[in-house]
Amino acid sequence: MSERTFDGLARIEQVSGFGMISVRGTLGDAAFQAAVHSSTGASVPERGTVTTVAGRTLAWMSRDEVLVVCPAADTAGLVTALTKGLEGTHHMVTDVSDARAVFRISGPASRDVLGKVCPVDLRPATFQAGQFRRTRMAQVACAFWAEDATTFTMVGFRSVQDYVWDVLTTLANPDAPVGYYAS
Amino acid sequence: MSTRLSQGGRLIDRASQQNFTFNGKRFKGYAGDTLASALLANDQMLMGRSFKYHRPRGVIASGAEEPNALMNMGAEGKFEPNARATTTPLFDGLEAASQNHFPSLEFDVGALNTHLSRFLPAGFYYKMFIHPRPFWKHIYEPFIRQSAGLGKAPKARDADTYEHFYAFCDVLVIGGGIAGLQAAKVAADAGLEVMLVEQDPHWGGRAPVDGTEVDGKPVQEWIDATVAALAAMPNVTMRARCMGAGVYDHGYVLCYERLTDHAPKAAGPRHRLWRVRAKQVVTATGAIERPLSFAGNDIPGVMLAGAVRDYVVNYGVSIGDRTVVVTNNDDAYRTAIALKESGLEVPAIIDARTGGAGALGDQAKALGIRVETGKAVAKVKGGKRVTGVGICAQAGEGAVLEDIACDCVAMSGGWSPVVHLWSHCGGKLIWDDAQAMFRPDGDRAPTSHDGNPFVITAGAANGALSDVLADANAQAVDVVARCGGTSDAQAPAEASTSENPIEPIWLMPQGAAHKLRSKSWLDFQNDVKVSDVQLAAQEGFESVEHAKRYTTLGMATDQGKTSNINGLAILSKELGVDIPQVGTTTFRPPYTPISMGAIAGEARHEIFQPLRKTPMHDWHNANGAHWEPVGHWRRPYCFLRGDETPEQAVHREVLNTREKLGLLDASTLGKIIVKGPDAGKFLDMMYTNMMSNLKPGRCRYGLMCSENGFLSDDGVVARISEDTWLCHTTSGGADRIHAHMEEWLQTEWWDWQVYTANVTEQYAQVAVVGPNARKVLEKLGGMDVSAEALSFMGWADGTLGGFDVRAYRISFSGELSYEIAVPANQGRAFWDALLEAGEEFGVMPYGTEALHIMRAEKGFIMIGDETDGTVIPQDLNLHWAISKKKTDFLGKRAQMRSHMADPNRWKLVGLETTDGSVLPDGAYAVGVGTNANGQRNMIGRVTSTYHSPTLGKGIAMGLVHHGPDRMGEVLDFPRVDGTVVKAKIVDPVFYDKEGAKQNV
Repeated sequence: MSERTFDGLARIEQVSGFGMISVRGTLGDAAFQAAVHSSTGASVPERGTVTTVAGRTLAWMSRDEVLVVCPAADTAGLVTALTKGLEGTHHMVTDVSDARAVFRISGPASRDVLGKVCPVDLRPATFQAGQFRRTRMAQVACAFWAEDATTFTMVGFRSVQDYVWDVLTTLANPDAPVGYYAS
Repeated sequence: MSTRLSQGGRLIDRASQQNFTFNGKRFKGYAGDTLASALLANDQMLMGRSFKYHRPRGVIASGAEEPNALMNMGAEGKFEPNARATTTPLFDGLEAASQNHFPSLEFDVGALNTHLSRFLPAGFYYKMFIHPRPFWKHIYEPFIRQSAGLGKAPKARDADTYEHFYAFCDVLVIGGGIAGLQAAKVAADAGLEVMLVEQDPHWGGRAPVDGTEVDGKPVQEWIDATVAALAAMPNVTMRARCMGAGVYDHGYVLCYERLTDHAPKAAGPRHRLWRVRAKQVVTATGAIERPLSFAGNDIPGVMLAGAVRDYVVNYGVSIGDRTVVVTNNDDAYRTAIALKESGLEVPAIIDARTGGAGALGDQAKALGIRVETGKAVAKVKGGKRVTGVGICAQAGEGAVLEDIACDCVAMSGGWSPVVHLWSHCGGKLIWDDAQAMFRPDGDRAPTSHDGNPFVITAGAANGALSDVLADANAQAVDVVARCGGTSDAQAPAEASTSENPIEPIWLMPQGAAHKLRSKSWLDFQNDVKVSDVQLAAQEGFESVEHAKRYTTLGMATDQGKTSNINGLAILSKELGVDIPQVGTTTFRPPYTPISMGAIAGEARHEIFQPLRKTPMHDWHNANGAHWEPVGHWRRPYCFLRGDETPEQAVHREVLNTREKLGLLDASTLGKIIVKGPDAGKFLDMMYTNMMSNLKPGRCRYGLMCSENGFLSDDGVVARISEDTWLCHTTSGGADRIHAHMEEWLQTEWWDWQVYTANVTEQYAQVAVVGPNARKVLEKLGGMDVSAEALSFMGWADGTLGGFDVRAYRISFSGELSYEIAVPANQGRAFWDALLEAGEEFGVMPYGTEALHIMRAEKGFIMIGDETDGTVIPQDLNLHWAISKKKTDFLGKRAQMRSHMADPNRWKLVGLETTDGSVLPDGAYAVGVGTNANGQRNMIGRVTSTYHSPTLGKGIAMGLVHHGPDRMGEVLDFPRVDGTVVKAKIVDPVFYDKEGAKQNV
């Protein structure tokens, strides 16, 4: 997976070294919550949010899916632990690390860049650190969360990583400020 | 002549001269000018030709409603047609050219049409060009296309960039006139998040031109203070040069920001399309003045009274020394007064009302202006320019009482609120008799998801032509309440004048004879006259929508902003019904045309569409890949070596794979995991054959049908464990089939315990194919890939050459074949390892065309070739893959319908030309006789056809009537050139029918 950086209206980075696990189950079930918590150390997130503990981020994908984002080295161990922990319940644990590409958008104008491609209400009071959204960027699916007020981590699909990169860097053109979120 | 006055012009900067050209002629203007004001300042009154009669046309308006002054702007990559001169900001180096003229603007041969106009009435084209039928295609249409049309289509690639932006706010205020400013201020003061957009570069709208006073001071002071206050508020976003283009469901609004149209050399995007979600929308879009219908009202120099005033006050431009004002309301008197105060002559105000005007009338008279009441314009004199008017009694038929010489006629038929944005999403109108206008009916507003109104109009757009601020304030207080807040805001005190009411005057004079009516224009852009609308009514076009399309009233780029109300008033009179009964045509977005570039946004060049790449994409690219699009993927069609043609490369790849070793990047193949206690039951419903009884470690080829029984997708299913299966789909079908599975799981079988995951991109997959396939894998080593350990249609996990792999023993080529899946991040390295290890075994990658040929040689069907959405598995002799034991599966019931079970359905066979040539793709086999339409009867068609390098001849598959029963029969396939290819019906399996090659 490539690593690259572009500095424009915002800093755009493609980053690697992540593992990603899709965990399906009924999020509302105590058994599911306990298994996920004991395996990952983090709690099952509320709708529209992530929970992050010790470098592991759990994202609410739907009422029956959590995405675990972790350091690549933890992936195999977590898959095993989650599978074991959920044994006996209807569940599915899938390693999707290789199917994804991860981007970071940061800087004071990061919301302005995201606002050009994602139909998401990014007003700082509405979309705060820890909030997560599955949406689209331009013509492809993506999901992102706010690490802090000006830093976002975006997950996209591997096959279109060049498209995502090209779109983000095109729209982060320093000559195209919007000044909507950033002053 | 029109000229620049020595003083005045509140929007121009006389210190900043801007040079520009019009039709190649050099002109000078000032910063702040529009193209229209700059042309007028240079006495360039003639700006275009009308659509049908090619009549000379000058500008009639000063804003977005302009129907006439349309320009071709720029050149090459900066070319754009149909730019309204009135809303085109002047800049240094601007190049404009007039449209719709031949050979020149001054002399246009098409203007002959005007002398033929009595032969070219409404509906002329419909009546004339219908017979004889073939004439339309060969004579009429080419001629009409040559002579019609407004702007030219751009030829060069657009040199500019564009983008979108998604914004969210509580209140979106559209229109930055005084109503919009007040509304925005009230909402912002209440703590709401407000976005305020204005199509012009400056704030305040028309109020400064009209000389309004607020709180006892000139309105400009209030505007400046309010703009400054809003700009300082953190909860307010203000965008000038940004037009509200369309209002859609649930508070979705498109706004069109023109970032660099006024400075085209500036860096950055030219336009930005704002896609706004607002809780509430305030349309403070003002009003548009209506023309009056009198003979010769289209002659250059006849303009809207408000526009004449705008050009004097805003740009210091006079249309002529002597202006006759003709009106049915008080507002036009302001124009007379403004002109007089600028030192220009106003020979007369012709007021159709017998009572004349109120306070403004007194003021005009005090300035020494002659006011004629109860009078009308009988006709305007002049050709390319106004030279005078003949006046008559409004009550009469047009007998001229007096000629008055003048250079300009300033007309006002009253003001129509701009209700477009209110109406886009279903806001209703009411007819206001007292003001002679349609205005928004506040009780019937567009409603949002919750049934509550989400649009409100403020100021002139709401019909409040006076006391604008009070109306805007009241509406804004309502909006605050709708957003859950409260406001006790008070409107500032706005000076008001006592005005006499407007009198609706739809025709001037009221008894105008046909000769005058046929020179009284309603729609200047499309050459629709009073007589045309009357004719349409007489011919039975009673609906305003029909009359519009029959006459072309209100069509094209201006969408009748100046003509609609006048036209439907004429129609209502002709039909003998009231105006509200006739109603308006539908207001559709955008308010004025927006650029194609803005709609496309960033989607152009490399990022026009997402392009999906496999982990081996870069290798392919560096090694001669001849690309083919497959869905959004790019796949190598073949790999070119040296000077090879694609055909030669494909030939080589097929033979090498059959004889030695081929590698196919099969990563695009769809891979969907299906897991859960009910997964087997679920797959038995999705596939026509049984999947629940597949043993772990084994694979089975399966077919998927739609509910209607048609074959939709195919692929190999592997059972991974007791409760887990992996379904392969076609490359183009992965997302569609995943969605298909989820739809059934979520909407019909929501209580079944099944999870699915589309893991297509998690794995790189390589097909290792050919007699040496096992040798190369054994050389890499790590797992047992022998016939005994990994038999045909089995799979196993293991390692190869140190890579973690899952090896499937499946074959789509008829050769010994393995498909090896590795995690995508290792895909490229694994590919490289195979190439290196395969060197001694004669390895060559192959592309999709070799894949297609090899599967066709084996008689394997391809979704999209043998299927087209109308083909069922039975047509393809795939009965063996349709379970008879299962009580149900998707498509089962449909396949039992009489037409589906009909033995006359065309069925799959092989086809072999008698001369060894390749059958044309899609060719039809013809039978005896003709059908009811007199066409040759068809008895079959080609679905796949190739030259087989293996067999050295053309091979094909096709669907043929009673095909399998007609083995050996020779069919005729006519070519497009009239010759016929003969082909014999044969078994579709051309190669290795026993399967000896793959079972080793």
